Amino acid sequence: MFNQFSRWQKIMIPVISVVLGLLVGAIVMLVSGYNPIEGYAALLSGSLGEGFYIGETIRQITPYIFAGLAVAFAFRTGLFNIGVEGQLLVGWVASVWVGLAFDLPKIIHLPMAILAGALAGALWAFVPGLLKAKLRVHEVIVTIMMNYIALHLCNYLVRYVISDGQNTTDRVPESASLKSPFFETLTEFSTMHYGIFLALAAAIIYFVVLEKTTTGFELRSVGFNQHASEYAGMNVNRNIILSMVISGAFAGLGGAMEGLGTFGYGFIHGAFSGVGFDGIAVALLGGNVALGVILAAALFGILKQGALIMPLESGVPTELVEIVIAIIIFFVASSYIIAYLLQRLKKGAK
Amino acid sequence: MKKRKYGVALSMVLAAGTVLAACGSDEADTGTDEGSTGGEGAEETSEFKVAMVTDTGGVDDKSFNQSAWEGLQQFGADNGLEEGTDGYTYFQSNNDADYVTNMNTAVRNDFNLVFGIGFLLNQAITDVASQNPDTNFALVDDVSEGDNVASITFKEHEGSFLVGVAAAMATESDQIGFVGGVESDLINKFAAGFQAGVEAVNPDAEVQIEFAGDFNDAAGGQQIAASMYGSGIDVIYHAAGGTGNGVFTEAKNLKQQDPDRQVWVIGVDRDQWEEGQVGDDNVTLTSMVKRVDVAVQDISTRAMEGDFPGGEVIEYGIQEEGIAIAESQDNLSQEMLDEIANYQQQIVDGEIEVPSTLE
Repeated sequence: MFNQFSRWQKIMIPVISVVLGLLVGAIVMLVSGYNPIEGYAALLSGSLGEGFYIGETIRQITPYIFAGLAVAFAFRTGLFNIGVEGQLLVGWVASVWVGLAFDLPKIIHLPMAILAGALAGALWAFVPGLLKAKLRVHEVIVTIMMNYIALHLCNYLVRYVISDGQNTTDRVPESASLKSPFFETLTEFSTMHYGIFLALAAAIIYFVVLEKTTTGFELRSVGFNQHASEYAGMNVNRNIILSMVISGAFAGLGGAMEGLGTFGYGFIHGAFSGVGFDGIAVALLGGNVALGVILAAALFGILKQGALIMPLESGVPTELVEIVIAIIIFFVASSYIIAYLLQRLKKGAK
Repeated sequence: MKKRKYGVALSMVLAAGTVLAACGSDEADTGTDEGSTGGEGAEETSEFKVAMVTDTGGVDDKSFNQSAWEGLQQFGADNGLEEGTDGYTYFQSNNDADYVTNMNTAVRNDFNLVFGIGFLLNQAITDVASQNPDTNFALVDDVSEGDNVASITFKEHEGSFLVGVAAAMATESDQIGFVGGVESDLINKFAAGFQAGVEAVNPDAEVQIEFAGDFNDAAGGQQIAASMYGSGIDVIYHAAGGTGNGVFTEAKNLKQQDPDRQVWVIGVDRDQWEEGQVGDDNVTLTSMVKRVDVAVQDISTRAMEGDFPGGEVIEYGIQEEGIAIAESQDNLSQEMLDEIANYQQQIVDGEIEVPSTLE
């Protein structure tokens, strides 16, 4: 995304965007008759103010990291994976299914359920990858359509296959659960679970695979220029499929975190969860690098969690947070303007 | 192996704990300050505080979330409560993951009674209620177990029986349709009552029952309605939320093309008269109204008076004024109204037992 910018600019653009987003949010609050200081104070105390809120915020951040990594991975290799939402849903259902179907000791059962989630997500992303590689069908179209297939397929599976005509599945047994009684008591009964450690580990894997391995180099190279890569002797089609599969696996893991951690069961979704789509914004804001995605996911988690408390403590409606997020994305997307202003500023200083 | 895993986990936990604690202390001051002022206020006045958690529809969904919030506002006005943390408020859920968070937040803000609106909140309310035995909870539209949870259900079959009577008298083709959202025990109650009502008045009339498989698929609802009206059905009762809007759309289209044609829709949950308006005509025959607001006010009042029905399942029917025929009655003839009133009396008197399951 920011390849053409210097390292300094790459860091400054998201930071400035966030500051501007919060500023505009403050102005919107002022105009509509709320006190912005109170509003933001409520937002902060509602996301980080007490142990319980911290726990909920961390729980909220976990799937955002996975979704952000999934989008970012495809992005870095020149693909737009809009299907993270669908891959997340199939990962969710697959992990719960494995959680319910087997009776094994935790040390085998839990990793197996998590891997099932990753595998389902990978499989779901394999289809658009294959179509792109073999037939040059644009992955945006295919992934968007696959989202709807995933939504309705998962609802069908939950109702008629995993459960017996119910709206929710049974709870996964302890042996496949990511739930953490320790964290729950530590954070006064929040829904925080062990998933955050897996999310951080996934970010490290993301970094290592993409930046430190030959495969990662090839993937990025295909992202920069397919023709040059092919000329250099790389198998472009193989790399396209591989990139989608890895991206889908990250998304599926995010779903497994929801299925085995946050909820502990699967249920009929009346609509998309939205986490996958927010992942696009997280990746964009995080500049598609591992650390950036973690920070962006943290920001999203804090904003979304704080938004729930904001109306209660300051009267500011939750929708304000959506406005702030939209404006941040707007400024990140119009990064050229900020880069230009930064350059002018630098020259002025000299 | 297991020991080593614990070791790693423990060190991670300790590290996280330190970090979390450090994060917390900065903000904790403001948090506790606000918390304590709220607490003092509550102690001074020792007022009853009540909150509701919406499902993802939100308080402006024109359906049961909105109805519940109207009930809560009325309750607040009647008892001189203020909107906010010291009186009554609502928590909007933007996402399925927000249910538990909002429930817990309500408990933490010392609300005495917390409503969960809709069966989607069943798991969340069951979990949170078991962790917080000192707070009272109430779940609308589903049954949750727990001594501190009151389950509020409605006798939708009774109201559906009454609109079935209206449908049976309005139909000219003796063919009547029912469009359900998702096949479930809840929606089957609507279908069963409706069928019984039609049969009581007009045994020759046939009721065709279809499910859209979705509560938010207006296009799907329109398709089903089109094929039903096309096959000679002239009255459709929908119990399908947003999907039902498609039924209205199709009926209005047909009415617009041919104003003399008889097409009726029977609305659900609230008075859907406005939905049926097409020019000077209106295709809404009547609506089966489910008074979530009445139930919310009733339970709140009982809880405030120390008579909270924890662990009980409370059914609101015609007698409890939780179920009724809509107030917009311009399309019902006097004859129909008399007949409906007649059956209503019989149901209240217990002379008619309306079935709540199909077959």
